[in-house]
Amino acid sequence: MENPKIIEASEVVVRFSGDSGDGMQLAGTIFSTVAAILGNEISTFPDYPAEMRAPRGSLGGVSSFQVHVGKKVYTPGDQCDVLVAMNPAALKQNVKFLKKGGVLIYDEDTFIQSELAKAKFATLDPFTEMGIADKYQFVGVPVSESTKASLADTGMDAKSVARCRNIFALGFVFWLFNRPLEKAEEFLTSKFAKKPEILQANLKVITDGFNYGANTHASVSTYRVESRQAEPGIYCDVKGNAATAYGLVAAAEKAGTRLFLGSYPITPATDILHELSKLKFLGVTTVQAEDEISGICTALGAAFGGALAATSTSGPGIALKSEAIGLAVMAELPLVVIDVMRGGPSTGLPTKTEQTDLMQCIYGRNGESPCVVMAASSPVDCFYAAYNASKIALEHNTPVILLTDAFLGNGSSSLRIPDPENLPDIKAAIATPDMAGSYEPYARDPETFVRLKAIPGTEGLMHRLGGLEKDEHGAISTNPEVHQKMVRNRQAKIDYIANVISELEVMGDADADTLVIGWGGTCGHISAAVENLRAQGMKLAQAHFEYIVPLPKNTAEVLRKYKNILCCELNNGQFAAYLRSKVEGISVKEFTEVKGQPFQIRDIEEAIVKVVKG
Amino acid sequence: MTQYTQADFKSDQPLKFCAGCGDHAVAASMQRAMAELGIAPSQTAVISGIGCSSRMPYYMNTYGMHTIHGRGLAIATGLKVARPDLTVWNVTGDGDCLAIGGNHFIHAMRRNIDLNIILFNNKIYGLTKGQYSPTSDRGLVTKSSPWGTVEDPFCPAELCIGARGTFFARAIDGDIKNSIAAMKAAVSHKGASVVEMLCNCVIFADGIHKLVTDPAVRADKTILLEDGKPMIYGKNRDKGLVLDGWNIKSVTIGENGVTEKDLLVHDAKMVDPTFHLKLAMMGYSPYGYAGATDELPIALGVIRDVEGISYDEAVAGQIEEVKGKKKARTLRELLLSGDTWEVK
Ligand SMILES: Cc1ncc(C[n+]2csc(CCOP(=O)(O)OP(=O)(O)O)c2C)c(N)n1
Ligand code: SF4
Ligand SMILES: [Mg+2]
Repeated sequence: MENPKIIEASEVVVRFSGDSGDGMQLAGTIFSTVAAILGNEISTFPDYPAEMRAPRGSLGGVSSFQVHVGKKVYTPGDQCDVLVAMNPAALKQNVKFLKKGGVLIYDEDTFIQSELAKAKFATLDPFTEMGIADKYQFVGVPVSESTKASLADTGMDAKSVARCRNIFALGFVFWLFNRPLEKAEEFLTSKFAKKPEILQANLKVITDGFNYGANTHASVSTYRVESRQAEPGIYCDVKGNAATAYGLVAAAEKAGTRLFLGSYPITPATDILHELSKLKFLGVTTVQAEDEISGICTALGAAFGGALAATSTSGPGIALKSEAIGLAVMAELPLVVIDVMRGGPSTGLPTKTEQTDLMQCIYGRNGESPCVVMAASSPVDCFYAAYNASKIALEHNTPVILLTDAFLGNGSSSLRIPDPENLPDIKAAIATPDMAGSYEPYARDPETFVRLKAIPGTEGLMHRLGGLEKDEHGAISTNPEVHQKMVRNRQAKIDYIANVISELEVMGDADADTLVIGWGGTCGHISAAVENLRAQGMKLAQAHFEYIVPLPKNTAEVLRKYKNILCCELNNGQFAAYLRSKVEGISVKEFTEVKGQPFQIRDIEEAIVKVVKG
Repeated sequence: MTQYTQADFKSDQPLKFCAGCGDHAVAASMQRAMAELGIAPSQTAVISGIGCSSRMPYYMNTYGMHTIHGRGLAIATGLKVARPDLTVWNVTGDGDCLAIGGNHFIHAMRRNIDLNIILFNNKIYGLTKGQYSPTSDRGLVTKSSPWGTVEDPFCPAELCIGARGTFFARAIDGDIKNSIAAMKAAVSHKGASVVEMLCNCVIFADGIHKLVTDPAVRADKTILLEDGKPMIYGKNRDKGLVLDGWNIKSVTIGENGVTEKDLLVHDAKMVDPTFHLKLAMMGYSPYGYAGATDELPIALGVIRDVEGISYDEAVAGQIEEVKGKKKARTLRELLLSGDTWEVK
């Protein structure tokens, strides 16, 4: 064996692609988990097929999984260094993501006429046909045939053998990246613990895939990726939706209440329902409701009963839930409403990411109906955002809408497993049994404007809530002055929350006169763009909003300092418009995109350069 | 057991139904049933939607919530699942329950969630001032149907039983004694219980039930079903019900050799819903009361009361069961037991 050329990289992006039945998500997950175990930061993004039941080998059936590993990783990466294509369709759909000069690994056994035809290639030479023949390092690997040979003695049927192709390819990628096989073997062993036959097959092919690389492809460059110096602790890999679910569980544990989720399945939010349903053994209650309205209404009933209650959905579901959110505003009940945003309007792009529900969540209800709106900024931040949303809901007796998106929900990063001791306390605003006789359900704290909630079952605290306007003693009222006062009180209660949330943090150069801002799931892309440009000497500041209603207290003060403010968001400028309406005298420029895709870092860089150069 | 009276369940809010509205009587029946049941006001919650009838929680000295149109059942479902220890009532109207809330209604039936649903059926939208409802007879003239409706009504019982309801009772608003009995039976039943109250809206649909409730005809037009008792009715208690082929037939005791022994005996516990549905549909035509040609009385009392697994119990039971299957007791223990790595 020749001495292989090893490339030392601070980060690298790998994209696994194949037919939706090819197990690309599993291969990608194993790769990223092992990278994390080895001390890399990771960020992943699955790209599911456009059609659920597309024919095998067709362009519509391609599924991909992009993994970014390295020392400092903000996003899954714009483009990849290595592309794995398990068939011609995967190549055709994904080659646009491969950097010039990158490594293209493909299963040469599938580059035959029948498969090429399914991917709508006209010739038998797809590389020339696509005009890429001299652009990449091509690494043809006989994945299908080698897998067959590897498992020839096992007696497995052809279909089961074909299902192991992904792991053979993964073995090859492990060789390419100098990754120890043991970690992957441990992962496979726990994953297939109940299916010993499949486990044995996978262990065999991953080793053979690795050895194939070592024996035959010594001439391709291999990579060694640097690890970071992370905060000490025990870590696990989580997807954003799971992190959201865990954040709710952690909050319920801290508050000492039962966690209740009422939900109706909808892409890309369903995994929150799945995750929490798995956690029943921790005492979590989930109800799969008959519709979105019932999802939020069952949660509201549970909130009335004293639970930490949540409902999870995506944009179309928020539309259906708006009347019940209004009831939660009026009845002043704690409720966490999670919107994992997807492309809209209407059914839109169910599997794709966008930030287009912002205005719907801030204003999309009848009447003056203020509630807290906040957004998570990374898959791991979904944990903390869900925790904080629960804390605010319980302490201020208000609905809180938490915005995440398809990109965050499906993407993963590593979570330092939190110690509950170190999470902030949660003290629900509830009336205590000793208040029997003096409890006034409609009286407010003069400072916070919070009303205390009494838990049904408590002797002597019986009371009635409802959607009708009432005076401060709970009597139904249409008195103009009463209504005016109550509208203002409900607003003041939400405004007060600005005093308990963290202030807007400004990162970057103190002497910059351009501030780049954003909110929610675009944080990683914006941070990477700002850092890249600063590394080139450009003076820039950056601030990212987690709280939208209310805005952090120092928002106006921060924004007024800068000559240029550039707001980057995946919609037509909703947050920029909101900021202009809330902070007088600022001029906000916009960089917006609505393609159903996350930003590309280089596009943000270009937009920033344009603003700075004037 | 603490002794309660109706007063213990009355809030300080005066009833605001129109004078002569049937809902006044039903409010009293509910309060008296609660008192007779002996469950503390603090252990009781009344959840409603929107409508004249749905104002009820404000009048009850219990925990309560007046919610949004059609959604009371969904909210009550969440409350009961989170708090199976509470006795939860749902007050709903024919529009609230069967039009806008129809989806929640059928699913509450299917799940058999332990709620006591008092369905105020006045066959009209009272609160919005007199539009026809999903229970209005075909042809009813209302403000939104000046030439009469051109659609057939639901009979609440067929929807309840068709959606796998385990308990259905019917009572007339002014008949306090039998209303209380039906409500108490509903609370005793574990699972979703529906008590259909035939209510009179004096303002927008006065006399809508008079074909059966008018004192002049009531005894001959209704039959009170009692579990284990023969089906006898009539002013002179000389009429009864027998089975004739697939159909129920009204007969006169003493005529054609019919004796009391020949009559059907009510069995509310029969699991098969077919016969309960037949009983519940007596006196109805596809168009409503009007056009009923079978000359059968309308059934009152507890028509169906069968046991089933209640949803709230099943949810709580499953949580307890799976707790025994996993070691982790906290989120941290769970995460630490999965795939992890340590950074030192
Ligand atoms: C979302 C919504 N749609 C419509 C209404 C108007 N509305 C209030 S009550 C009602 C119908 C009430 O009829 P029913 O449920 O039979 O109750 P009743 O007043 O007869 O007791 C309607 C249409 C509303 N409050 N909310
Ligand atoms: S409008 Fe009809 S239902 Fe409403 S309170 Fe008056 S009488 Fe009763
Ligand atoms: Mg009505």
